[in-house]
Amino acid sequence: MFNHLLSLLIWLPVVGAIPVLFAGSARPNLARWLSMLVAVLTFVASLFLLVRYNADTGGMQLTESYLWIASWGVHYGLAVDGISVALIVMTTFVGILVIAGAWEVIQDKPHLYMAAMLILEGLLIGVFCATDALLFYALFEAILIPMFILIGMWGGPRRVYATLKFFIYTFFGSVFMLIALLYLYQKAGTFDLATLAALPLTFKEQAWIFFAFLIAFAIKVPMVPVHTWLPDAHVEAPTGGSVVLAAVMLKVGTYGMLRFILPIVPDAGAHFAWLIVVLSLIAIVYIGYVALVQEDMKKLVAYSSVAHMGFVTLGIFIAFALVREQGSTDMALLGMQGAMVQMISHGFVSGAMFTCIGVMYDRTHTRQIKDYGGVINVMPWFGFFYVLFAMANCGLPGTSGFVGEFMVILASFAASPWIALFAAFTLIIGAAYTLWLVKRVLWGEITNPHVAEMKEINGRETFVLVAFAAAVLALGIWPQPLIHLMDSSVSQLVQQLAIHKI
Amino acid sequence: MAISTHILLIIALAPLVGCLLAGFLARFIGRAGAHSVTILGVAVSCALSFLVLYQLTVGGAAEYNQNLYTWFQIGHFNASVGFMVDRLTAMMLVVVSFVSLLVHVYTIGYMRDDPGYTRFFSYISLFTFSMFMLVMSNNFMQLFFGWEAVGLVSYLLIGFWYKRPTAIFANLKAFMVNRVGDFGFLLGIAAVLYFLGTLDYATAFANAPSLVGRTLQITAGTQWDAATVICICLFIGAMGKSAQVPLHVWLPDSMEGPTPISALIHAATMVTAGIFMVSRMSPLFELSSTALSFVLVIGATTALFTGLIGIVQNDIKRVIAYSTLSQLGYMTVALGVSMYSGAVFHLMTHAFFKALLFLGAGSVIIAMHHEQDMRYMGGLRKYMPITWITMWAGSIALVAVPFTSGFYSKDAIIEAVGESHRWGAHYAYFCVMAGVLVTGLYTFRQMYLTFHGKERFTIAEHHGHGHDHDDHGHHEPGVLAHAPKESPWVVTLPLVLLAIPSLLVGFFTIGPLLFGNWFGSAIHVEAANDVLAEMGAEFHGPLAMALHGFTQMPFWLLLAAFIICTYIYLFNPAMAGKIKAALKPLWTVLDRKYWVDNVYFALFARGGVMLGRGFWKASEQGVIDGAMVNGSVGVVHRVAAAMRRLQSGYLYHYAFAMILGLILLLGGYWLVGPGLAGQ
Repeated sequence: MFNHLLSLLIWLPVVGAIPVLFAGSARPNLARWLSMLVAVLTFVASLFLLVRYNADTGGMQLTESYLWIASWGVHYGLAVDGISVALIVMTTFVGILVIAGAWEVIQDKPHLYMAAMLILEGLLIGVFCATDALLFYALFEAILIPMFILIGMWGGPRRVYATLKFFIYTFFGSVFMLIALLYLYQKAGTFDLATLAALPLTFKEQAWIFFAFLIAFAIKVPMVPVHTWLPDAHVEAPTGGSVVLAAVMLKVGTYGMLRFILPIVPDAGAHFAWLIVVLSLIAIVYIGYVALVQEDMKKLVAYSSVAHMGFVTLGIFIAFALVREQGSTDMALLGMQGAMVQMISHGFVSGAMFTCIGVMYDRTHTRQIKDYGGVINVMPWFGFFYVLFAMANCGLPGTSGFVGEFMVILASFAASPWIALFAAFTLIIGAAYTLWLVKRVLWGEITNPHVAEMKEINGRETFVLVAFAAAVLALGIWPQPLIHLMDSSVSQLVQQLAIHKI
Repeated sequence: MAISTHILLIIALAPLVGCLLAGFLARFIGRAGAHSVTILGVAVSCALSFLVLYQLTVGGAAEYNQNLYTWFQIGHFNASVGFMVDRLTAMMLVVVSFVSLLVHVYTIGYMRDDPGYTRFFSYISLFTFSMFMLVMSNNFMQLFFGWEAVGLVSYLLIGFWYKRPTAIFANLKAFMVNRVGDFGFLLGIAAVLYFLGTLDYATAFANAPSLVGRTLQITAGTQWDAATVICICLFIGAMGKSAQVPLHVWLPDSMEGPTPISALIHAATMVTAGIFMVSRMSPLFELSSTALSFVLVIGATTALFTGLIGIVQNDIKRVIAYSTLSQLGYMTVALGVSMYSGAVFHLMTHAFFKALLFLGAGSVIIAMHHEQDMRYMGGLRKYMPITWITMWAGSIALVAVPFTSGFYSKDAIIEAVGESHRWGAHYAYFCVMAGVLVTGLYTFRQMYLTFHGKERFTIAEHHGHGHDHDDHGHHEPGVLAHAPKESPWVVTLPLVLLAIPSLLVGFFTIGPLLFGNWFGSAIHVEAANDVLAEMGAEFHGPLAMALHGFTQMPFWLLLAAFIICTYIYLFNPAMAGKIKAALKPLWTVLDRKYWVDNVYFALFARGGVMLGRGFWKASEQGVIDGAMVNGSVGVVHRVAAAMRRLQSGYLYHYAFAMILGLILLLGGYWLVGPGLAGQ
């Protein structure tokens, strides 16, 4: 079984979705329990990954490779390094929580919803362990389909606009990636990522390929200015859709950068790193201001996601300057590790924030900030969690939100104090939009009658919020285990940055 | 006798355990259980803090510096959680735990009728834990953790009565202003890591001399001195936490919180974290006289100008709040003249007498049924003698009457500024000297308005008792349901226990603290900057210093303030109104607090929202979604409309198109194909 652990992780939720589908809408509880069983089994399987993966040696491990499309030399190739392991475990963890979160909330065709979630989970795990570019691409595209279904079927009133925008936007980006992959294929004769990484490319080739990849991944992250699909998608998505979208799907973009841009086109990456750094800083500062004035809670958190993902792209690309110009490997490691930790942390924090909004939405069916006020009076325990996650969202030390941002800011100071200055601005603007939201939603007298009727969180919701809180606090208090898990893989990435291909 | 790790862990964690028990298990342990566990936790910490202090001073224990666990290890960078306990830390531990313990006890009386009773105990224990983590840290990362954690608890406690619009405005404001400071602080930490390659105190301080001559490139032609950049950035953090001008605006508003936390957090401990931090960083600050001049000027400005505002306040707590700002300014001035031990000395004495004043004010507020306006008080001394006497004890310490603790710490600072040759010392000397008069004015005014003169309240003879603890303000001002009375022993006992050190601790500690090198290696002062060494030559013991004090300028200023206030508030109450009318413009400036709040609100709060709205409308909806996204969708629509016309349904159209396509395909292959085949 351990020889095919990765395949198991991918196919368990995908195949497990089939009996869930067959449970049908006539037996919703069977569908719910079946999907919970599958999600838990997948999570347990992912824990074996932690056991089997040797973090000290690093490199790609648990490799599986089979010829898939012989005529093109496409392989069904899977392997993981520390970064993948961390992302996969985060995915399976969140997987359980979205199933639990949707339990009685989704009354309309719950079997379809749960099945779509499981398939989505399997595909996402696949993305995080594909070692073949075409397999990656196929999975990268395939995750759009269940997400499309989730938003399209259980979404809000403007779901058609949102799904189309979401679909076309991301699809548009991946076309460029496909072209770049085809070009690389005709040069290297393979889609194997390790081979492509070793492929010598002129600077001109690298530049074209860099931008092709960048468009695909930047849309997914999303980076400014191709981020506007995200708020719309979040607003229309059901809670679980938002949680998976924010927690896991956005990481596919930055993960793609790590697997494609860094190893395949390092020189173009270094040359254009300033562009990414500038866009990241814009995401942190400008998007912060945009988030401040949102009237819809989900939009606000969606924009805050864009700002927080800015730290991931900043941390990754600041490493180029640190390695190549300053020759400071340690600082580059710090920035890159910060980006990785931020990916994981954002998964938990944004997932928790969207869950909290979902909890309120389920009671009042509104996401407008002005419809709330004084929620703490009727839901004190909920308020506790909400404040905790809000604090994590504005990067309070002791929560996971602090760790990555702290590391990226420290590293960027070494590249330029100005970059650090703009990045550190998140301390102010992040607190402003998050705590102003808390003030208007949680504190104060109850002014709206429907707030007075809100009921305290039930056992199921408490379970989900406690699980998120445990993850957020554990990472914040002791991040070293996560850092150790990814350390050797991040070191390898940073070493690759220094390699000139020209 | 070495300090044991276990003892330090218990000191730090006992309040946290209390916090968790009171917070999560309140339903099972009840109100008495909640206050018992938290008080027990803090009492244990307090006793062990005294033990640690004893071990360090009498027992001859070496200073403790060990990591507990690795927070992250990346390349050669290590961030750990660990403790560094030297005499500076030990003193902070004792001050924090002692005041915290008394505040815990006091809270039993003050918050008795509050529905959030157990939550309050949980919060103040969490605060105590956070403060311990801050002062016991042995590295910058953990310092920042404690720094922000006390900020969080401050936020929660200012907004404790979360239904009040003013409280939830004040706590957001406090958090935001502190975040501006933390923004600088974090950049300072980043600069430390960049230049010194470590976050560990001991290593950083050992490497500090290597900063000399190093610069940071700001623009192509501008280089800034590394030590100056580091120290000013770090000090910006201290300006936020210790409420120095121009980041002082949050502290007066923080009075929205219940009075016990005003005493604990916003007077005695948290706001002095900035002072502690700069003292801790003395090996770095000593490298930059530019940064120290900056510190000096900021502190001096705060000391005088915030004190002036205190004179026109009518809210009993706000007077003390402005007094706190002013006294924090004095401490900062001491830092600015490299007199770190003096700053910490004043921090300690101030912690006692200011906590006493706040708790005394709280006692008055209980007696007045949550009336805080001094215009409706007066003559309270006969109703509450213990509060009255203890508050006088705190007041004479605050205004620095010789022999009181406040005298020793404050006069030493004033004298040190006079001795200092640092740039800005002349300005600072004027400020701290004028500040003595100002301190006297607001303090005596407050005492007279509260405890002396005629009663300006009436006692209504109506039935039904019941004043609502967190819902005051509905009754008519100046009308009390029943006569004020002295507070219960849980309230007065802490007052008495604070009055003793407020009066005495300075006399016994000034010698070793300032002139006996008590802090040892914890504080580093360059020989050229050492004003205390010069003063030490003229120091002949606390008795001589106090007697000498009677002949000095500060005492005469104090006496002047006393005479002015006594005349106005005891003998000629109409005078105050006349002076106010005569100095109307000045009064307005002070009453409006120099319009700083208004400017900040317009510029940063309103301005920020307007900027956000501008971005949102113009850029997000206008350019990106309007022009780029939906614009290109529009193009697609038009192209699609054109394409639709091609789908005419006529067979011959399709046939024609197919032939055209075939020609293009074959032609294309004929042109390009041989090239492809050749590869």
